[in-house]
Amino acid sequence: MNTKQLDEARRVAKVEWARLSDNTEPLIYFGTGTCGIAAGAADARQAAEDYLKETGKSARIIEVGCIGPCYLEPLMDVKMPGLPRISYSNVTPEHARRILSSFFQDNEITPFHLAGSHGEETLDKVPRFFDMPMLKPQVRVVLRNCGIIDPDDIGHCLALDGYSAIAKCLTSKPEDVLDIVKRSGLRGRGGAGFPTWKKWSFCRSAPGDQRYLICNADEGDPGAFMNRSLIEGDPHALLEGMLIAAYTIGASKGIVYIRAEYPLAITRLKRAIGLMRELNLLGKNILGSDFSFDISIKEGAGAFVCGEETALIASIEGKRGMPRTRPPFPAIEGLWGKPTIINNVETLSVLASIVRNGPEWYSQWGTETSKGTKTFSLVGKVRRTGLIEVPLGTTLRQVVFDIGGGTAKPFKAVQSGGPSGGCLSAEFLDLPMDYESLASVGSIMGSGGLIVVDADTCIVDTAKYFLTFTRHESCGKCVPCRVGTMHLVELLEKICAGKAEMSDLDKIDRLAKVIKEGSLCALGGTAPNPVLSSMKYFRGEFLDHIVNRRCPAAVCRDLVVYRVIPGKCTGCQRCVSVCPTNAISGPRSEPHNLDPEKCIKCRSCYEVCRFDAIAGDAIVIEPR
Amino acid sequence: MPCKSLTSFLPNYPGDRSSLIPLLQKAQEIYGFLPQEAVHDISLHVKVSENEIFGVATFYSQFRFCPPGKHHLRVCLGTACHVKGGEQILETVKRKLEVEPGQTTADGEYDLERVACLGCCALAPVFTLDAKMYSQMSVLKLQRILNEHETA
Repeated sequence: MNTKQLDEARRVAKVEWARLSDNTEPLIYFGTGTCGIAAGAADARQAAEDYLKETGKSARIIEVGCIGPCYLEPLMDVKMPGLPRISYSNVTPEHARRILSSFFQDNEITPFHLAGSHGEETLDKVPRFFDMPMLKPQVRVVLRNCGIIDPDDIGHCLALDGYSAIAKCLTSKPEDVLDIVKRSGLRGRGGAGFPTWKKWSFCRSAPGDQRYLICNADEGDPGAFMNRSLIEGDPHALLEGMLIAAYTIGASKGIVYIRAEYPLAITRLKRAIGLMRELNLLGKNILGSDFSFDISIKEGAGAFVCGEETALIASIEGKRGMPRTRPPFPAIEGLWGKPTIINNVETLSVLASIVRNGPEWYSQWGTETSKGTKTFSLVGKVRRTGLIEVPLGTTLRQVVFDIGGGTAKPFKAVQSGGPSGGCLSAEFLDLPMDYESLASVGSIMGSGGLIVVDADTCIVDTAKYFLTFTRHESCGKCVPCRVGTMHLVELLEKICAGKAEMSDLDKIDRLAKVIKEGSLCALGGTAPNPVLSSMKYFRGEFLDHIVNRRCPAAVCRDLVVYRVIPGKCTGCQRCVSVCPTNAISGPRSEPHNLDPEKCIKCRSCYEVCRFDAIAGDAIVIEPR
Repeated sequence: MPCKSLTSFLPNYPGDRSSLIPLLQKAQEIYGFLPQEAVHDISLHVKVSENEIFGVATFYSQFRFCPPGKHHLRVCLGTACHVKGGEQILETVKRKLEVEPGQTTADGEYDLERVACLGCCALAPVFTLDAKMYSQMSVLKLQRILNEHETA
């Protein structure tokens, strides 16, 4: 296929796409990313199919990726002829039937679980979907197609100008593409923020005729899922980006290194790659040009350190994923000793939009040094959780409160950058999120995980969690990282158990310094960040644990007690029946007793007391 | 154990080190773990010693060295799951089924794995039972699911 034939395929795809918005047959959309399915989208879809079968109505069901507001999942959209696409949220199988019957039987747009309508048109009593508080402040560049197109239908992608950017690149010189990327100000979205064009130019000037392009989709940061959602929702954005990058650096082989924990993303990528081959968007002489390129998929085997470039390369080469000293940098000497560029999923996925719309268009967003937009996974104790995309430089306050809707309990902190990042307290809410600002306060941008915690979260426990993670994931090569993280965890465990002394804080400080300075790669180099930042911004909470042997958030198990408030207890015996150790006793209708000696603090009684209508919040977990 | 099914796949993989991890993944897909015989066959094919293969395999958390249970339980302990009580979910599974992460129950029914992140952070805490994922878990919800599964 050449460019002309691609244009023809696009023309057909656009007609087909227009038919979707000008439909004569009803359409039902389901968001079936991993998150949607976990929330019950498959069951809702089944209910919709059953409904259509039972009532003899006909409609086409289309599966799309995640549109972002995960807290609203499962999402079901209905598009009746003559009406815009209308989204419904938190749709259970019963809801799906009820919503569909109002459309198909009563010819009505039901307000039941209504989320909003898509497109420009405004309907009476129907809010616009993209006007909702979570979506309105966002700028969707990378995510532009997620939740909109069927990721398995390359026609949808073509209709929305997919693969037009690579066609454009193939008519210009690689240097020109490099210049576009340079002028856009794009920096690596994997975390470190190295200018993408600069990395590419190192590789271009490296000697040798074989070059590799690797996409790092080993999203190992626990609490981050941007790359998964993006690949599941719009795999072609990534794949077209890989074509552009490969053309620019002169690579003929591409590898997507993706976590095995993301089976759906892998399936969708494989399908998308197959469809690309059919259209000669991969393989020899792509679109009739001299450019040949192919992509294979390597599944990661579960090691956080493989997010580090040299470890990732070792893993692809069939070795233990241990980092090596740099230089030589992979751009000069990488996979099998050849010049290799490793870019993050988001970095690659944004390229096509930059080429299509121009570098100035992209750099209209962002700050002086951090241009463009960035996706974040907004999770934790925030009201509206999900995948978001905002211009760089947006403040934490805008993200947590305007987009995320704040927290139910008082806001405490945001952790950015995962196990390599820092914990930022409320005083930093007006900090713009860009590479430099976050680094200046002891955190990092990272790949985009934002975990919001509230008054019910213990900062010491959270720091312990991250250090436990890095201790486990340390590859073991450098002693300061391997042994140091172990001792940091032990010190934090001591604090959480109420057995620490003040001198332990100094020990943590000294140890952290050694780990930072004595580790080869970024895993060790940033491992102490969570504990250092939380000790700096939440010193009082550390002191409470050490001096008063008290956990104010009532999280650290050794420092809390479970108690029944006699005045509130209705004596319903729900807690008695769920307690695994018979720690609670008492006759029906009389306040129960909880034996702290027998209590293993498993939380069962607390939950049953809170969520059972008969019981009444009588069991509390308190600081000892 | 005869490794016929794995041997039939070997020719599809280049006989060098680049195939090592993909072959280990294939072996685990077939047997549910890495039997020594399979490692032996892979060793001959990719020309890497068995000793070194175990060195590589034990580095990655994906690989198991003992047979899995009939049902596979994974508890997510990503950051979002942790702050929303994932630890209590893991504790409950451990207590209820008397199994430690990385092990299989005595009756061979369930094996338990703690995973770093399943990428469903917005719906935390999550756990999976075989291919099905359960979101926004609580201790009670988990107990109900396990009870129903055990009786079914």
